Amino acid sequence: MNDFFDAIDFIFSERESPAGGARVGGLANMWELTWEHLQLSGVSIAIACAIAIPLGLWLGHTGRGGFLAINASNVGRAVPSLALIAFFVAYIGVGFTNLTLALVLLAIPPILTNTFTGVRQVERDTVDSARGMGMTGTQIVRRVELPLALPLIFGGIRISAVNVVATATIAPLAGVVTLGDPIINVNTYGDEGRLAAALVVALLAVLTEVVLGVVQRAVTPRGLKLEGGSRWRRLALGMPNDRREATT
Amino acid sequence: MSPLLAQVEIRERTEGTCVSDNGFCPDWIVDNFDRYVDPFLQHVLLTVVAMAIGFVISFSLALLAYRRRWLINPITQVTGVLYTIPSIAAFFLLLPVTGRGFLTAIIALVAYVLLIIFRNVLTGLDNVPDETKDAGRGMGLTDRQLLWRVEVPLALPEIMAGLRIAATTTVGLATLAFFAGAGGLGEQIFADINFKSNVVAAGGLAVALAAVLDGAILLAQRAITPWTRAASAR
Repeated sequence: MNDFFDAIDFIFSERESPAGGARVGGLANMWELTWEHLQLSGVSIAIACAIAIPLGLWLGHTGRGGFLAINASNVGRAVPSLALIAFFVAYIGVGFTNLTLALVLLAIPPILTNTFTGVRQVERDTVDSARGMGMTGTQIVRRVELPLALPLIFGGIRISAVNVVATATIAPLAGVVTLGDPIINVNTYGDEGRLAAALVVALLAVLTEVVLGVVQRAVTPRGLKLEGGSRWRRLALGMPNDRREATT
Repeated sequence: MSPLLAQVEIRERTEGTCVSDNGFCPDWIVDNFDRYVDPFLQHVLLTVVAMAIGFVISFSLALLAYRRRWLINPITQVTGVLYTIPSIAAFFLLLPVTGRGFLTAIIALVAYVLLIIFRNVLTGLDNVPDETKDAGRGMGLTDRQLLWRVEVPLALPEIMAGLRIAATTTVGLATLAFFAGAGGLGEQIFADINFKSNVVAAGGLAVALAAVLDGAILLAQRAITPWTRAASAR
């Protein structure tokens, strides 16, 4: 148990690095690492959303590329994040931009698959009546398909965000100093620094999950909440209980 | 253990060769394939053991929650938190308790797959049509017989789908197991992360392992649920 107290102490009080020289630990140091971690994760998720959501909406709306959209997350899962990052380090190089690119690749598949599935599972009757009311294709996407797909889209974003926050921990291997730094460079930060970083990373991942869960609930159209409460609850819990849904 | 030492060891420094230029060198991979065999086997062991333990625990939990519905929420929440905690953090959180090594890695990997398998088993059981269960009861099956002869077999496609997701994810996470001192292909990637041939060989083996396990589980599913093929062929 003492190890954990030492780790918490590390978060709050600065000390000399065991390797000598630099001073490590304390709130300022931890925040610096956390901020870099959040920036890296945030930028990657934002770019992934900007790519995957429009693409998923378009594929879902036209019904094309279903094979690609569904299997993207299967393929994405099979590539270990460490291997992906190592590949980028060896072939493209280190640094914030390159690493962001790798994390974007990691984050796209779940969002793409869920957006596609979310649009495809909108009942054809609903789309037909929207068309009957004279809506154009773009209007149908924006006013019907997108709102009804939002809970699933956010489910995808949650999966990606948690995964990216977790993977950003190995970012120091690519030269970006995130919360993974005390974990990978244990000589500089000491054992208590490493445990402290592990605690903060775990907390950050759980917080990401919880906050995005709240957002997901907030963006769920009221109509969806009323209809079939149990199904909505399952979505809110992040349980892909529907056969058509291909998450995780 | 030091990555620097390992780098010196892994790449010989002859001038003007593919290796010293850090190209992608199939010849080097073939010549040095030996060094990937042990990490690969460690990787397989980590994955299979974590999957087996994870399956036993989450299958039991799912059966329990299937009969006692109030358990679903607490189990989902607890396994959900375990699922969310990044494995790399879990390895170090466990370190003061279980020490470095295989056990620590296995615990973290098992913790991760619980939610995946649990919810798929439960979904599978829930999706068994009521008429089928009624028919089973009408034939005089007891609850236990109904479970093992009707409900579990009909839930198999869903259960196996969960196992496939769990298998590919575990192979990926096991690349981080070296942080817990349990070896695996990740250790080999980490040994020289700048060397293209090394990264491709070790990473490629991990992807191949994920694909092979995925395919193997799919084949197993086809073999033990012949009726699903008959249904889709119609």
